[in-house]
Amino acid sequence: MAEIEPLKSSDADLKKVEFTQVDQPGSVGLIGHMKGFWITFSTIFKKPETVEYPEVKAPTQERFHGRHQLNRHPDGLEKCIGCELCAWACPADAIYVEGADNTEEHRMSPGERYGKVYQINYLRCVFCGLCIEACPTRALTMTNEYELADDSREKLIFEKDDLLGPLRAGMLMPPHPMYPDMDDSNYYKGDVLGAHPSQEVNK
Amino acid sequence: METTEIVDLITVVIDGFEVSVPKGTLVIRAAEQLGIQIPRFCDHPLLDPVGACRQCLVDIEINGRAFPKPQASCTIPVEPGMIVKTQLTSTVADKAQKGVMELLLINHPLDCPVCDKGGECPLQNQAMSTGRSETRFEGVKRTFEKPINISSQVLLDRERCVLCARCTRFSEQIANDPFITLNERGALQQVGIYEKQPFKSYFSGNTVQICPVGALTGASYRFRARPFDLVSTPSACEHCASGCDMRTDVRRGKTLRRLAGDDASVNEEWNCDKGRWAFKYVTAVDRLTHPLVRNEAGVLVQASWPEAIAAAAKGLKSNTSAVLVGGRATHEDAYGYSKFARIALGTNDIDFRSRLSSDEEREFLAARVVSSTTTYRDIDRADHVVLVGFEPEEESPIVFLRLNKQVRKRALKVTAIASKLSIGVEKLKAEFVKVAPGQEAAALSSQALTAQSIILVGERACESAGVLTAVAALADSTGAKIGWIPRRAGERGALEAGAIGNLLPGGRPVTDAPARVDIAAFWGVPTLPAAVGRSSDEIYAAVNSGSIGALIIGGVDPLDSINSAAALDALDKAFVVSLEIAPSEVSARANVVLPVAAITEKSGSFLNWEGRARSFDAAVHDSLNRSDLRILSMIAEEMGAELNLGTVTAAAKEIASLGAWDGARASMKPVNPTVASTLSGNQFILNSWRRLLDLGTLQKGEENLAGTARQTVAVISPHRAQAMGVADGDLLKLSTTHGSVTLAALVEDIHDDAIWAPRNSRGSQLLVNLGAGHGAVVTVVKL
Repeated sequence: MAEIEPLKSSDADLKKVEFTQVDQPGSVGLIGHMKGFWITFSTIFKKPETVEYPEVKAPTQERFHGRHQLNRHPDGLEKCIGCELCAWACPADAIYVEGADNTEEHRMSPGERYGKVYQINYLRCVFCGLCIEACPTRALTMTNEYELADDSREKLIFEKDDLLGPLRAGMLMPPHPMYPDMDDSNYYKGDVLGAHPSQEVNK
Repeated sequence: METTEIVDLITVVIDGFEVSVPKGTLVIRAAEQLGIQIPRFCDHPLLDPVGACRQCLVDIEINGRAFPKPQASCTIPVEPGMIVKTQLTSTVADKAQKGVMELLLINHPLDCPVCDKGGECPLQNQAMSTGRSETRFEGVKRTFEKPINISSQVLLDRERCVLCARCTRFSEQIANDPFITLNERGALQQVGIYEKQPFKSYFSGNTVQICPVGALTGASYRFRARPFDLVSTPSACEHCASGCDMRTDVRRGKTLRRLAGDDASVNEEWNCDKGRWAFKYVTAVDRLTHPLVRNEAGVLVQASWPEAIAAAAKGLKSNTSAVLVGGRATHEDAYGYSKFARIALGTNDIDFRSRLSSDEEREFLAARVVSSTTTYRDIDRADHVVLVGFEPEEESPIVFLRLNKQVRKRALKVTAIASKLSIGVEKLKAEFVKVAPGQEAAALSSQALTAQSIILVGERACESAGVLTAVAALADSTGAKIGWIPRRAGERGALEAGAIGNLLPGGRPVTDAPARVDIAAFWGVPTLPAAVGRSSDEIYAAVNSGSIGALIIGGVDPLDSINSAAALDALDKAFVVSLEIAPSEVSARANVVLPVAAITEKSGSFLNWEGRARSFDAAVHDSLNRSDLRILSMIAEEMGAELNLGTVTAAAKEIASLGAWDGARASMKPVNPTVASTLSGNQFILNSWRRLLDLGTLQKGEENLAGTARQTVAVISPHRAQAMGVADGDLLKLSTTHGSVTLAALVEDIHDDAIWAPRNSRGSQLLVNLGAGHGAVVTVVKL
């Protein structure tokens, strides 16, 4: 191997370094200043945009990316099938899902599979919405809720209970069986409109 | 010395590139050599070609004459002058492949989100590479009830099946368990089982692994994880001495599944269901997490490591001590125990055989087995294989697959010397030499073997006196090779490591002074004990007679001993240091309990029956447990001896630099067979072995796996059954002076004097219940 020769001081001559002179912008002049201050002055007569948060809460845009929600079918069964596609899509690795078997005695969702563990870590979430795009059953959507600050890491990892949507009128709390004479594809087509009395399991 | 096989090479052109491959190579395989991937489902290099899925269509032209239609490249061998155009260069082939993919997807459900295969599915991948992005099919997909259990551990979803016949071909050709087949025709064609016979194969897990879609899934992995959740670690199987290469998939510190690895010289791409599905024993039990020390009140209480190590060292130092290391320790750990016994305890009283054993066996191991080099390759080349005291399907399943492969390929002659015709032996189409239990030696000497033959001896051979003597004599007179196949994964490694009373590491005989000097110099100690050590049973007896006062025990179940009462008494009496992963019969009676790492939590290696090292890395890293080696080093240090084996790497290096003994081998004293017992009316001679799936400690917590275990029965011959008026299913009570068991009768081909029952299955547990092994006389009464 050839020896590398040490650098001599004569090799580097500062005088030979080329540079380009950049023109600096000149003064904007009096008219220029007037234009700028006019904006400030005119704002005095406009309606203020600020609100007295948190006493007053302005609604967000309709499609604002807020906290997630796990939705339910109209009879109360969960839409989540535990497929982990949301976790797969997540660029921040904020979602953790474990699937499990639905059985006749313990049915949480239509079909074979449901999400047994569902966690979203809001310290990691960047609210990009790729997870809701990936969800094949529209189980995961985003609400407009944005008040997610808290004082510990644990509280900011939302469990399934924190994320599940509320039981609305006509819904029953799972586990309970599927709507009679319907299968999972009926659920996805929207044939199930509410719970059937036979779905109520004696507690 | 390896002989080179001369092969004819044929040169073909694929996509404009020339490639020379051996005659008989399939086009799809020749393309692989060039790095050209032709999509496929049914093709598998270890199964016979079938051309079932039609996904691998290519354009072929031979000497200027083109086939009129695209051909399946997985069924056509290369020929001289062949020009192949794959989807990369031929629009016809490309269109044909896309068409096949479209047809395959017509009836395939779009349930990838709930399918276990999603993310590692050849159909998904190839639908992306070869399929259309939008479906043109507007009809209704064919549906089936989903899923159905074809055994307690394999689920079948017929909608997803693409009818590639990989599973049925595997079952028929590789496992020789043709329990599943393709039924019906056309769109209704489906994989099915015989109504009365579930898919009870010991190898059924392989069908799940080779299924190119999610049609076959394992019950225990169902919906547990996605491929991207799993961290995969190459590992080795800890269940038997076959030495399978494995892959362990872990999610968040918990093993979720294990797959067969690809090692052409050992397990090819297969493994058995036990290796695949028995791994919960690590997590299903309450693991020991802290050292425990027995206090003055006689209660085991938690202690710190330094306290426990000090207590162990004190107890071992103030007594005459011995070492019992079960056959499940890694090679490195066994070496640690071996060195510990010699240096720290100054004794040769160490034995890895926590099972039925004999002195004849110990001499046989020293004279014939240690450093021997019989391999799977020898089975591939053998002209005749004799099995004695060995039931390949139950005791070393990969050896069974290898034998089955050769029987199928070239009608390898197999002779089984046994009392009972087993399912495995029947499947190998073996010659069955029927002998009374204990009389195997006489049948051995009449075998005509050559230097190309192999005698495969199981660990059970030691249970009949004279068999191992006869094996050695037969090998000497014919030049046949001996393969000793223990059941447990660590036995061969422990033998090589000298964890036995008559050998030092590397096969150096204890009685050989130069060998002792060699090891003493290597270990840096002045002398080593010269007297041959005691065996397991002798150690228990010595404790009970008071000549041994302390035991250090790792991975031993005292109930595996023929006289378990004596073993338990000994544990009660002695000062016991127990190295265990979970509470056991030993740890309950121990004075000091030290928790150690399970196989998945540590690195190391096993030597399989060939003596081939099967090394593995820790698959789970967040464990607080420590390896046996490190704990032994700490105890030794506390006792004032230097073991210097802090890490597995250090032990492996030391073993490697120690090497094998090049001096004279130990010799073996011939043992005469016992005279056949005379039997009166309802007496039988007991014959038994452990089944692959039974009540073994490493199968704890695996209900799905236990569901495919074979039924617990007592097998008697038609002649004796008639004499006793017994039909299949009648209850038989087997009794000895020790106790009795009641089992359902099964009338089968067995020696008239013998009765067979599984040794450790649900309801039998012969060692505990009867206190009797192979060759014992039992009284049988019909209930």
